[in-house]
Amino acid sequence: MNVAVLKYNAGNIHSVIHALDRLGVTPLLTDDIEQLQAADKVIFPGVGEAATTMQYLQQHNLDAVIKGLRQPVLGICLGQQLMCTHSEEGDAGCLGIFDVPVLRFKPDSNEDKVPHMGWNTISCQDQVLFKGFDKDEYVYFVHSYYVPLCPWTAATTEYILPFSASLHRDNFFATQFHPEKSGTAGERILKNFLDI
Amino acid sequence: MLAKRIIPCLDICNGRTVKGTNFVNLRDAGDPVELGRMYSEQGADELVFLDITASFEGRKTFTELVQRIASVLSIPFTVGGGIHELSDVERLLQAGADKVSVNSAALKNPGLIDSIAANFGSQVCTIAIDARQNGNDWECFLNGGRVPTGRRLFEWAAEAADRGAGEILFTSMDHDGVKNGYPCEALARLSELPIPVIASGGAGSKEHFLEVFAKGKASAALAASVFHFGQISIPELKQYLCRSGIPIRI
Repeated sequence: MNVAVLKYNAGNIHSVIHALDRLGVTPLLTDDIEQLQAADKVIFPGVGEAATTMQYLQQHNLDAVIKGLRQPVLGICLGQQLMCTHSEEGDAGCLGIFDVPVLRFKPDSNEDKVPHMGWNTISCQDQVLFKGFDKDEYVYFVHSYYVPLCPWTAATTEYILPFSASLHRDNFFATQFHPEKSGTAGERILKNFLDI
Repeated sequence: MLAKRIIPCLDICNGRTVKGTNFVNLRDAGDPVELGRMYSEQGADELVFLDITASFEGRKTFTELVQRIASVLSIPFTVGGGIHELSDVERLLQAGADKVSVNSAALKNPGLIDSIAANFGSQVCTIAIDARQNGNDWECFLNGGRVPTGRRLFEWAAEAADRGAGEILFTSMDHDGVKNGYPCEALARLSELPIPVIASGGAGSKEHFLEVFAKGKASAALAASVFHFGQISIPELKQYLCRSGIPIRI
């Protein structure tokens, strides 16, 4: 299988590649438009800042390319956030694949730490990425911004408030958590994505 | 619900774990990669690898080790030891670490916290603090607890959080290695900060872990020898905490 991992100015790209390697898939790390379009699956990973990353994508004409992809696409963490309409982080206009904004956590007290960092449970509404998930599973989150619940919510997590742990619309999938850092549960999610 | 984290800490010297272990089922308990993988399989939520090598050559070995760890582990891990400047942070993150833990260098140059947060995000920046109780207050120490600084724990922790630290890893030098429990009062006070606190040093029993979460309000508990010597097994510890009503990933 031909899996492309989008190369851009973000961290965390290597951990996604390692996770795919462990599943027996050697992905292609690329920002080449033709290679991205030709791939069977595209992964849009990310740890970084929304506004500077969107600028980078626009400068390299990758924003239009990502939106136009027809094969299964998986956005991870910042990847999920950039697939939404707008992010409060750096007041950034985003790709608009999911018609929902990205907001910053506003805790009522210091008991609720930001970033939301660590293992939290997801309850799954969607049976594509979460095939075989018959109970709430723990996955690993690190983020200060979140996607509210919306018609495309594929899994829900509660921290400060209930929010979208995962989104799904047509061929576009996304997770706020890091499947590549989520132990065996994360491996199953990546495998389900590769099996689509 | 966000789970409390259990974090084994491995001390590394010249690419090998120090402090012996008595895990009979490991081919090589001195190999940090193999030990890390075993802890991950047992249910550790994160791992910390602390480089205690002093030499330049040792640093290179450690960076190569971080690359091997990153390719094998599917849970997050933090690396610390010998981080003096931003380029050290970049080298270790490039090698695949999820977070770095900075101690003395941040006390000597607090602006390093701002630069790490600005360049890589707060989430990668753990500030480790070694402190000793002095009357009602706590004093921070440098260089593995050898050099007193005159800086007070709560002020320094608050400054680190303001500057963009993502977590505080607090070790009480009075409690470390004694196995009489964690300093829950000081931890509860640190937990008033807006960032997570990892308690380190003092674990001797399962009850101490329950206490550090229930009374110390810590987000995570780190321990070394009780895990390495098999005194407490991670699966049993997590079952115990879960039965005691602590949110734990099983």
